[in-house]
Amino acid sequence: MTEMATTEVEHRRGQLAALSIAAVVIVVGVPLWWKTTETYRAWLPVSQIQELAKLELQLSADVEVVFARGTVPPEQQKKMPLTQTQEEDHAVDEDTALKYRYETRYRTATVMEEDALNKPTAAEADLALHMLSESPCGSLVIYVIPESSSQLPLDADVYIGQRRTALLRVVEQMRAAKTLEQLLHHLQPQIKQVLRVMSFSRADITAALSDRVRFHPGSKESVADSMRAFKSSPGYEITFSLLNPDPKSHRLYWDIEGAAQTYIQPLLTKMSPVANFSIDSQTLHYTMLGVNPRYDANRGAYTLNADSLAHVINPVEARLGSNAASSNPVLNFLLYVPDAHHSPLYIQDHHKQEVPSNAFHSPRWGGIMVYNVDGYYGPEAEFPVDININMAKVMGVFLAQLRLLLGVQSSPPPTGFLVAPCGSAGLADWELDRLMWSRSVENIATATTTITSLAQLLDQIGNIVINDNIAEQVSSAVASLQLAVAELEAGNLGFALQFSKEAIMASEKAFFDPSLLHLLYFPDDQKFAIYIPLFLPMCVPILLSLLKIASEARQKRREKQAKKD
Amino acid sequence: RFQGDQLLPYTHVLLQNLLFSFSSGTQSVTVENFLRVLTGRLPPSTPRSKRLLSDDRSNILIYLTGHGGNGFLKFQDSEEISNVELADAFEQMWQKRRYNELLFIIDTCQGSFGNLFKYNLNIYFFTLFVFQHQPDLAIGVHLMDRYTFYLLEFLEDIHPASKANMNDLFKVCPKSQCVSTPGHRTDLFQRDPASVLITDFFGSVRKVEITTETVNLTDPIKFIHTITKLHPHPDPPLLLFLLHPPSSPLLPVSPQKPKQKDWHPPDGFILGLWTLILMVFFQTYGVKHLKHIF
Repeated sequence: MTEMATTEVEHRRGQLAALSIAAVVIVVGVPLWWKTTETYRAWLPVSQIQELAKLELQLSADVEVVFARGTVPPEQQKKMPLTQTQEEDHAVDEDTALKYRYETRYRTATVMEEDALNKPTAAEADLALHMLSESPCGSLVIYVIPESSSQLPLDADVYIGQRRTALLRVVEQMRAAKTLEQLLHHLQPQIKQVLRVMSFSRADITAALSDRVRFHPGSKESVADSMRAFKSSPGYEITFSLLNPDPKSHRLYWDIEGAAQTYIQPLLTKMSPVANFSIDSQTLHYTMLGVNPRYDANRGAYTLNADSLAHVINPVEARLGSNAASSNPVLNFLLYVPDAHHSPLYIQDHHKQEVPSNAFHSPRWGGIMVYNVDGYYGPEAEFPVDININMAKVMGVFLAQLRLLLGVQSSPPPTGFLVAPCGSAGLADWELDRLMWSRSVENIATATTTITSLAQLLDQIGNIVINDNIAEQVSSAVASLQLAVAELEAGNLGFALQFSKEAIMASEKAFFDPSLLHLLYFPDDQKFAIYIPLFLPMCVPILLSLLKIASEARQKRREKQAKKD
Repeated sequence: RFQGDQLLPYTHVLLQNLLFSFSSGTQSVTVENFLRVLTGRLPPSTPRSKRLLSDDRSNILIYLTGHGGNGFLKFQDSEEISNVELADAFEQMWQKRRYNELLFIIDTCQGSFGNLFKYNLNIYFFTLFVFQHQPDLAIGVHLMDRYTFYLLEFLEDIHPASKANMNDLFKVCPKSQCVSTPGHRTDLFQRDPASVLITDFFGSVRKVEITTETVNLTDPIKFIHTITKLHPHPDPPLLLFLLHPPSSPLLPVSPQKPKQKDWHPPDGFILGLWTLILMVFFQTYGVKHLKHIF
């Protein structure tokens, strides 16, 4: 009897043990395993990021159209000042839509402005007008001058000044307008053209959106234009290099510090809202161009034709030093002084004509200028010859190349437009505005693409750890983006650009964080191969004992059922 | 490029002029570094020369050689990279506009990789099933396979102004000469292969434009007052060339075994746990009562 009781007790104990082990495994083991194998993923503002995927930008510009005496009949002048708002929609693709908003204010000129407009030349008028008032960033003033004014040459109807003003001359049909509305209607196409040149145009903005919208530009020129300028970056490095392949014959002196300070720095200071710049310089000796120039007997000089220029850059670039610490894009400007045996050296364009600047540039890289020094010494000179390089001439070329590479200058103005040469800073105010518009849009487009693709990536790959700092960067990027879009809508160009720069820095930092590569891909069969030998032997006894308990319980119930009946 | 690289003895001017080359040292070519370079997720201290500073107008050539299998490639014979990881990396590069066109040459066994790439990523594949090797009679070991040999022969004929296009490249290794089966996949590429020049990827041809405008500068140069050192020039220091010992990693990324930053239970833990559970079972039941369980 006791033996049966002990077996019963032992059996009981066995059941209890199995059940409790199963309970421990399920209650403690499974959550522990889950917790220790899960990856830390900080919270990301996913809903806001999804909102950003659909980008709707509004660009606002304030325009003031001032009518000088003689352009509007006196009885119509009473209707001014008059404000009109025009909106233009531009749908780029299904995710990106743009709205251009021009708020135009029409008024008559004040007495002081009339005085300024009566100056003999357009340039002087421009200067005088600027002394009177300064337009804020992103706005424009167009002065409409009568047909009789002689400030503009006969073939030009529009003069674009160095600041933010333009002079527009009334043409025949406009003079025939009787009412103000008719006059404004006639003026519209001209005004629109001026706006397209001086503030933003569809082509510029679409090009700026190239990060977001993959489009295939039609013409070769537009491809070249979009390829030439550097992409928007918070900082750039400019390196000036002097290449002297023949130090035995030429001892070159160049006052690069003074020249950079005098000629280049004003432009860079003016562009400081757009990006930070740092300048350095170096001199390389015994560096040849890597391409053999051909001797042209007709000209008595060596020539490099346009096709061989393409092979010059790579061999030289390997020798150039650069600032290893920063990853900002580098603009290289090389001044090459040909060796005595290959002097003088001229560059020929595709039509075999000599190029006056003797320089060429490569999109998104920099420029090279060939400086001939054979005129500095005669045949009986004692080598090495001391040569002082004319920095004004050199910097004139480099400055022009710099403007092209930074995207300041793009397409030539339409016919009938006379553009004032850029001032001593090397950059007109309206050019800066235009650059700021396109940079803001580009930054916003790039930042939204980066953030949305990062969110998509983190969603797809469940294995990647999202640290707190990444989540912080993403949140700050989203906040800056929202602010930038709002400021752009309000027309505050300066703030919009600043916020867009912050957004892009935060989003790039988040996307390229080194920790986002931590866990690599684990295919399912590998996961099974790891877990099965660990857990299966442990689970088999538990499972089997649970099954046994269940079947015993069922049997007992059946017996009880049978007993009842 | 690896130790014992087949192309090194035949280094060609074209390949030397590549703008960025990842094969900086044998120790640093690991899967992690490769993916980091491709996706750009390098630590901030990485110098410029170790980064792939490409943009949306750059053409990239990736040449992978070594051993491979179905769906993976071997790195240095000790690590593997699967096709899914590569697909992810390329997809991220495409999203971040890090390349314009990509030519991917896989010179390994069973290099038919491209099946996993579904997106229109502007990628070219040129792959190969390698079965036969060409032995070197001096050493008696296969040093180079036929595919590499014919490819090299083709590339040595290319000069910077060559007009050879992609279709010529794909014809390089026909089955009759090569015994192996080269394959290529061009459906992920937007342009017609016949219109793509080899020098787009292999040459060092840059786009240039003539500078037609100059700015007229008339201001005189400012005099910059530089503070000159008063003590005389010291003697120029002797330049000591320190030879990097081959064991030092050239990339400032962790060496092959990743440092364990998170706490993982020690290896014996799982075994110990298992043993403990089994012991508890046997203790409770006794061996003779095992029939209660089974």
